[in-house]
Amino acid sequence: MAAQASFIGQKNKKEQVYTDPWHMMNEAARTPSFFTGSEVIKEAVRRASCDIMVAYPITPQSEAAALCGELFAEGYIGDYFRGESEFAVMSQCAGAAFGGARVFTTTAGPGTMRAMENFPMWAGARLPIQMIVTCRGINSPLSIQPDTLEISYLMQTGMLVWHAETAQDFYDWILKGYMVSEEPDVHLPLALCCDGFFVTHTKDMVDLTPVDMCLPPYDPYRSPVPCMDMECPPVRMMRDPFVMKSNYISYATHASWQQEVWAAVERSRKHTIRWMDGLIDTENTDADVIVVASGTAVSQSREAIAMLEEEGIKVGLVKVKTLRPWPGSEIREATKHAKHIIVPEFNITGWLAREVSATIPNNERVHAGPHVCGGMTMPPEIIAAEIKTVLGVKAPSLAGRGG
Amino acid sequence: MSKERIKIAEELFDIMPAEYQDLVKRATYGNEQRGWKDIGNAKELIEEHSLCAGCPESMAFRYILASLPNPEDTVMVGSTGCTSLVFPHVGVHNIHSLFGNQNAIASGLKRALTVRFPDRHKDVVVLAGDGATVDIGLDMTLQAWFRQEKFTTICFDNELYANTGGQESGLMQKGFVAKMAPVGKTFEKVRLPEIARESGCHYVVNCTVSKPNLIEKVIKNAVHIAREIGPTYLQLYTPCILEIGKNSMEGLQEMRDSEKPTERFAYKEYVSEPAKELLAELAAKEKERKAEAKRQLAGQTA
Repeated sequence: MAAQASFIGQKNKKEQVYTDPWHMMNEAARTPSFFTGSEVIKEAVRRASCDIMVAYPITPQSEAAALCGELFAEGYIGDYFRGESEFAVMSQCAGAAFGGARVFTTTAGPGTMRAMENFPMWAGARLPIQMIVTCRGINSPLSIQPDTLEISYLMQTGMLVWHAETAQDFYDWILKGYMVSEEPDVHLPLALCCDGFFVTHTKDMVDLTPVDMCLPPYDPYRSPVPCMDMECPPVRMMRDPFVMKSNYISYATHASWQQEVWAAVERSRKHTIRWMDGLIDTENTDADVIVVASGTAVSQSREAIAMLEEEGIKVGLVKVKTLRPWPGSEIREATKHAKHIIVPEFNITGWLAREVSATIPNNERVHAGPHVCGGMTMPPEIIAAEIKTVLGVKAPSLAGRGG
Repeated sequence: MSKERIKIAEELFDIMPAEYQDLVKRATYGNEQRGWKDIGNAKELIEEHSLCAGCPESMAFRYILASLPNPEDTVMVGSTGCTSLVFPHVGVHNIHSLFGNQNAIASGLKRALTVRFPDRHKDVVVLAGDGATVDIGLDMTLQAWFRQEKFTTICFDNELYANTGGQESGLMQKGFVAKMAPVGKTFEKVRLPEIARESGCHYVVNCTVSKPNLIEKVIKNAVHIAREIGPTYLQLYTPCILEIGKNSMEGLQEMRDSEKPTERFAYKEYVSEPAKELLAELAAKEKERKAEAKRQLAGQTA
C-alpha cells in the first residue's frame, strides 16, 4: 500500500486529463450549454472519474440514471448495473465503497425511504458515496410530483446533505461534493438533493468545465477506516463484539463513534466553505424582512422579492446551500437585523422553518410558510402575499385561497 | 496482499499483540496447499469465538477459514446473527453492514475489486445465517444469482433464528414448535438448494459440517468456480444445540444423524457443465503437481 503517486496530468482511457480539482472548477474555461438537469448530472459524472454506478428506475431520476448508463457504455465509468430495489442498490453502493471505489447513485422519494436503513450505515462505515436525490412526494395516495419531505429524514442520518437550487448548482456540486466528502477528516456520504422535475426536467443554461478534464481518481487509502480489499493487514477488530456487551465500554464505544460521525459532519464545514464559497448566499440582509429558503423555493423567492421591490417593499434573501452541516451561525448573523423571517417550503411539515427556529434568537420572528406540497407549484405571488400579510400590508386576494 | 505485507518491523516485533506475531510467523497466507489439516499446526485465521460452547458453527468457521484457497486476497461478507459475533475475530477483511443485504454488499464489493484489481483474483465469500439468506435477504440472494455475480454464498443453516432466541425461519422443518410458530411451523422447509440451481448457481452443495475434509473440498470448489464462472451456493447444517435441546457435546452427533441418506442433510451436489470442466482441469493440474512432487522427492533420495 505504497503512497499513491499523483495522477494530476496523466490521462485516463478516455483521454481525459486528471486535473487539479481547484483549477478545473474555478479557473478552467467554461462552456455555456443548454441542458436539462438530468443531462447536467450525466455531464458532471462524465468528469467525476467514478468507478461504480448502481441504478434503479424511479421517477423523476430515471432519466439521469439511464444517461449514466450511456456513460458506462462509452467507457467513462468502471462498472454500472441495475439493482433490484433501492434498498439493494444502496447496499450495492456500500459494498463497492467498502471495496475502495468512488461510487455514484441516484434516487427519489419512495426510493429514498425504502433505502433509508442504509444511510446511517453508510455514515457509520464512513463511505463517501454520492447520492443524487431528486425529491418527490412520499405520501399516499401515490404521487410522483415534487415535494421535499424526504430531505428531513436524510438530515438525521449522519450524511452530508446539500440542497441545489439550479442545474448549475447541481453540476458544480456533484464534482465539488466528492472533493469535500472524500477528505480524510470528513469521509462521509453526500446526499445531493434537488426538487424533482423543476430541476431535472427543465432546460437551463449551464456553464460546463472542459470535457477533456476530470477529477483525479479516489484514493481509498486516505480513508480514516480500512478499505476492505485485503491490501492492508487484517487485524482482529475486537476481542468481543460490542453488540454482545451490555456494559459501559460498549455504550461508550457506540456513543463515541456516533459523536465522531457528527464531528466529521462539522469538520466538513471548512472544506465546504472553501469549495462552495460559504454555506449560504445572502442578498440585502439589512432589510426588515428576509426570506430563508433552500432548493427551488429560492428561485421562487427571488421572483417574489423582485415583484415586491417594484411596489417599494425591500426584502432580503438567504439561500441555504447545505443542510448538513447546518449553517447555524451564518443564518444567525444574516438575520440579526430582520424583524420578520419568511420560510417558504415545498413540503407540508416545514422542516426548514423548524431548523431556522431552533437556530436564531427571538424566533417568534420566523413565519413558517408558505407551504406547498403534493406536487403543487409555488407561485411567487403567494410568497409575496405571505410577506405582505406579515407586514400588515393589504394583499389582493389570491384566487382559491381566500382573502 | 502477500504475506510480506503483514511483516512487522524487527524493532517493534515484541510489542505487537501475540496473535499478530503468530499471524506473521505461522499463518498459511500464500500457501496454495492450505487446508483443514493445518488446524493445530499453523496459526488459524480465527483466534477465538464468542459462540456457545460446542456450537457447530465454530467448527464450520474453522474448517472454512482453513480451506479458503486464497485468504490473502479474500474478503468475506457477513450479516446479522450469531455469525456476526464471530467475524470481528477473523483474520481476513470482512464486512458487516445490515441484516439481509449481504449478497447486495458482495455484488458491489466484487465489482469494485474487479474494477480496481483487473489483473488479480480477489475472491468474495458471503457467509450468513438462514434468516439472512432465505427470509429477510432472499430477494438479494436470488438477484445476485440471476445476475451471475461471481462470488460464493454460504448459508449456515441452523433452521431457526438462533441469535434472537429461537424463532421460526423459512429453513425450519415443518411442524417444529418454536417461538413465532406456537402451534408448529405450518409449511415445508424452503428448498433453497433447488432454487439456487434454477437461479443460475453453477455449484450447489447441501451437507453438514461433520467432515472437515468434505468441507475443505466443497469450499475450494465453490470459490474456484465462483472466481472463474459464476455464483455458487453452499448450505451447511450447523444446528443450534441450544434451541433444539441438545448438550454441548452433542452437536457432532446431531449432524451425523441428519446426514444419513434419507435425512434432510444427506449430501447433495449440483455442478453445471462449465463448472464440471473447470473442476476436471483443476484436478488434472493437482495430479500433475503431485506427480512432480513425487518425481522431485525420488530425485532427492536417489
